[in-house]
Amino acid sequence: MTTDAVPATATGTLTHRRLPRYAPAVTLALSAAVGAGLSAAVGFSVPAFVVGALLAYMATITIAAGVVEGRRKAVDRLVTSLVYAAFGIALVPLTSVVWSVLANGLPRFGAEFLTTSLRNVTGLHDQQAAEGLAPYIGGAYHAVLGTFLITALATLISVPVGLLASIYLVEYGRGRLARAITFFVDVMTGIPSIVAGLFAAALFGVLFGVGTRNGFAGAVALSVLMIPVVVRSSEEMLRIVPNELREAAYALGIPKWRAVVRVVLPTAISGIASGITLAIARVVGETAPLIVTAGFTSSINNNPFADWMMSLPAYVYSQAMRPLSGSTPEPSLDRAWAAALTLVIIVMALNLVARLVARLFAPKNSR
Amino acid sequence: MTITTTDVQTPPNASSTPAKNRAGDRNFSWATRGAGMLILVVLAGVAAFLLLESLPALSADPADIEGGEGFFAYVWPLVFGTLAAALIALIVATPLALGIALFISHYAPRRLSQGLGYVVDLLAAIPSVVYGLWGIQWLAPNVRGAWQWLADHLGFVPLFTGPASATGRTLMTAGLVLAVMILPIITAIAREVFLQTPALHQEAALALGATRWEMIRMTVLPFGRPGLISGVMLGLGRALGETMAVAMVLSTGGFTWSMVTSGNSTIAAEIALDFPESAGLKTNTLIAAGLVLFVITLAVNMAARRVVTRRQAFSGAN
Amino acid sequence: MNLSIARRGLAPLAVAGAAALVLAACGSDPDTNPADDTENAGDTADSSEADSDLSGSLNGAGASSQEAAQQAWIAGFQQQHPGVTVNYAPEGSGAGREQFTSGAVPFAGTDAYLDDEELVAAEEACGAPAVDLPLYIDPIALPYNLPGVDTLNLRPEVIAGIFDEQITTWNDPAIAESNPDVTLPDLPITPVHRSDESGTTENFVDYLSKAAPQAWPHEVSGDWPAGLSGEAAAQTPGVIQAVEAAEGTIGYASAAAVGDMTTVAVGVGDEFVEYSAEAAAAVVASSPQAEGRAENDFAVDLARDTTESGNYPIVLISYIVACTAYDDAATGELTQAYLSYLASEEGQQAAADAAGSAPISDEMRADVQSVIDSIEIG
Repeated sequence: MTTDAVPATATGTLTHRRLPRYAPAVTLALSAAVGAGLSAAVGFSVPAFVVGALLAYMATITIAAGVVEGRRKAVDRLVTSLVYAAFGIALVPLTSVVWSVLANGLPRFGAEFLTTSLRNVTGLHDQQAAEGLAPYIGGAYHAVLGTFLITALATLISVPVGLLASIYLVEYGRGRLARAITFFVDVMTGIPSIVAGLFAAALFGVLFGVGTRNGFAGAVALSVLMIPVVVRSSEEMLRIVPNELREAAYALGIPKWRAVVRVVLPTAISGIASGITLAIARVVGETAPLIVTAGFTSSINNNPFADWMMSLPAYVYSQAMRPLSGSTPEPSLDRAWAAALTLVIIVMALNLVARLVARLFAPKNSR
Repeated sequence: MTITTTDVQTPPNASSTPAKNRAGDRNFSWATRGAGMLILVVLAGVAAFLLLESLPALSADPADIEGGEGFFAYVWPLVFGTLAAALIALIVATPLALGIALFISHYAPRRLSQGLGYVVDLLAAIPSVVYGLWGIQWLAPNVRGAWQWLADHLGFVPLFTGPASATGRTLMTAGLVLAVMILPIITAIAREVFLQTPALHQEAALALGATRWEMIRMTVLPFGRPGLISGVMLGLGRALGETMAVAMVLSTGGFTWSMVTSGNSTIAAEIALDFPESAGLKTNTLIAAGLVLFVITLAVNMAARRVVTRRQAFSGAN
Repeated sequence: MNLSIARRGLAPLAVAGAAALVLAACGSDPDTNPADDTENAGDTADSSEADSDLSGSLNGAGASSQEAAQQAWIAGFQQQHPGVTVNYAPEGSGAGREQFTSGAVPFAGTDAYLDDEELVAAEEACGAPAVDLPLYIDPIALPYNLPGVDTLNLRPEVIAGIFDEQITTWNDPAIAESNPDVTLPDLPITPVHRSDESGTTENFVDYLSKAAPQAWPHEVSGDWPAGLSGEAAAQTPGVIQAVEAAEGTIGYASAAAVGDMTTVAVGVGDEFVEYSAEAAAAVVASSPQAEGRAENDFAVDLARDTTESGNYPIVLISYIVACTAYDDAATGELTQAYLSYLASEEGQQAAADAAGSAPISDEMRADVQSVIDSIEIG
């Protein structure tokens, strides 16, 4: 649609001629018809129809605008349709992913799934359940608890370290140390996740004895992966805080650290929160580093500092790829999808918390 | 940046407060520096571990390495596959992400855009195993026809040589799955940066009679470019290092130029597929492959840094 | 102002803390023994009261092929001993052996027995020799997708030719020769193999190279030969799915996962044998002990080229490796009790019911049990 509020009249000399407001809608309808015709010519298929209609629309609206409104308006209309098209195209796979998770995850998802563990559940139970002889049993409580505790610990480690380091880079860092940190944070984003896991496992082996695995070791492994994401995204967000704000704060005689904490951070907090959510999202789905550091169990363990702990991604992977019962894998697959849905819901909740924090601290007059 | 701590902290008529302030400042600046150094220490640990574990593979008799021709003969097809998949993902995802970010920040109605931003963040959270399952069950069957078409009509291009895969699980498909995975990452960062474009710049452009696209081109894009590049790099990092999704979707095999037939593999997928059952030298070889991945990511990031710093004039804290 | 900031900052933390408390309070183990459950599950629950003096946790790691069986064993054992938690990390055979030889876990599962070097390292970690116990036998079936073809007899050389991509269509004379009563379609063959390194691949390739040495020129390894293209899929479900997805495919996979797909009858001597638990256990029982092993070690070199009637030679053996002495009494007792359960008839049956493995023969069970009984504790 057009943005300008000026009505379309061809009489005035000060205003340019404009396409009528209904032009895009009409063009779209025509293009749909053209697209249908084109795709019918090559044997009808939905993608061919969409592509045909899209191209027809872009060509028509651009040419029409070029003739009536001039070149600049034509480019603007073309870009507008491109942006809308990009959005529309991207929606297809994204909705399909969400749909897959919901459609496959919901049947098994529920209170019983969330509050029971998988202890003592075997393929035999699955076979009986599939034959209708017994109820479906076995949930993911132990994995939910593990993922929650491990991720929370990893966030507690990574966010302070990462945020402080990014503040150092943006506000204090000069010279060699800052350059080295910038450089090596980039290097850290390239650590393959299994290497982070093996590193943490080796570290805990050295510190606490060979074969030590617990939730905390998993949190350390995740932190290695999380910190660079936190640093990079927060750094980016801190950098775009206008210098005028800092200078205004200094001019009022506020010490630098208070200016950073009370002015720079709140201004950037929305972006930082978004970055932290991304960082959590980056690690919450990790499988391999958690198995080698936190172990693998089907029993409940609520102490992250002792004994093995399960995580949701490991649960999803093991249920999907190595079902409890080889001959009737469906109950295991259902568990895998339900656990994936749980994981998404957990991240959604974390995201909400991050946004809450952002809203509470953000300056009131910002957008 | 020219304003330093001392510039601000020493007004001519300093009273008793500055001393206290300086203590606070000192502690805070040491805390931030400490955090930075901690990162260096951790990285040094990881690097030492990586090098130590991969040395046996790098110095081993070439005949003992998988394939029998030494480590580099083993690793280069994997490097090719890694780069190709990541490149496909970037080519597909970057324009789309730019479009979505602009849509959310400058085109969509305010109410809708907030909801959309939330959904995009959420999509970044879907675990890669799910993307893998989705890639096998939904994407591969749906794109199989397209690859067949490419092989039939553009088969003379080395990248599309047939025969097209019967199941559609090709490097191109893996690249598309990666594109969908990194789309939310790039979008989230780009959107945040675009939203931070100073309103004054935008209003000035509009007041001069710029169309919406001209306003975006003149103010939003230059301002958001470093952030956009950062987002792309984060996405690229994920695409390069993604294991499970690629391992599940791709029908791995030996090197081939064709993107629409079975074959090729990526470093991360190779590690994920072979690490569990490996032992001895094979383990070292895989970790050395991890080291190569590390170096690739490093090189890519350094290049991006260079681009970003060249444009730093637009950064708020310059 | 400061106060309000503090309060605002605490609110989300409080929410997270409350969520954690709720989460920690509301979970439980599932009720795995409803009143109307089957007899054998009921039996294990009854016997638990008598013998529950064991407690603590026992952690093992290793082959992912055993995961479903381990889950069944752990469930059965934990029901007998409610105070015990057993964990098994399915990280893979290599990781399992490495952790066992470095003393990180008291027992490990592995698709390949400990080699000489690992035996030395294990003896150092245990303080006594380590043993390989073949407690998990899994026949490997060859599922194929050819509508209308319900039986398919293939000689080892033909199987090797198909997977080596020398025989490329289903109506090839080599295939027709051993299937005189079957109408074979003129369809290209798509062999499907595992993309991940696996014990299943290693055992299958080992079979091909021993039973058809001329037709299979590739080296034996858990990785599919790099020169061959074919279709690759991750893990057992991936192979099954790929075979189901397209016509003209043939793959190899753990027999438990094959379900009601059509499978190949494999040529042994002059006859063709369909996979079965008995045929798989039979070949293991008739295979010789690996060379240079201690008397109480049950590492076997499978007789892939067996011509004995009723033997099915494509079999995966997964071992449990354990020490013959444990310094730590608690760990030793738990390990001994757990392994005894694995080797019991009940344990073998539990794995067969849940995971579809083939129970080991009674003689072998007795032999393994005597080794487990001889484990020195403390």
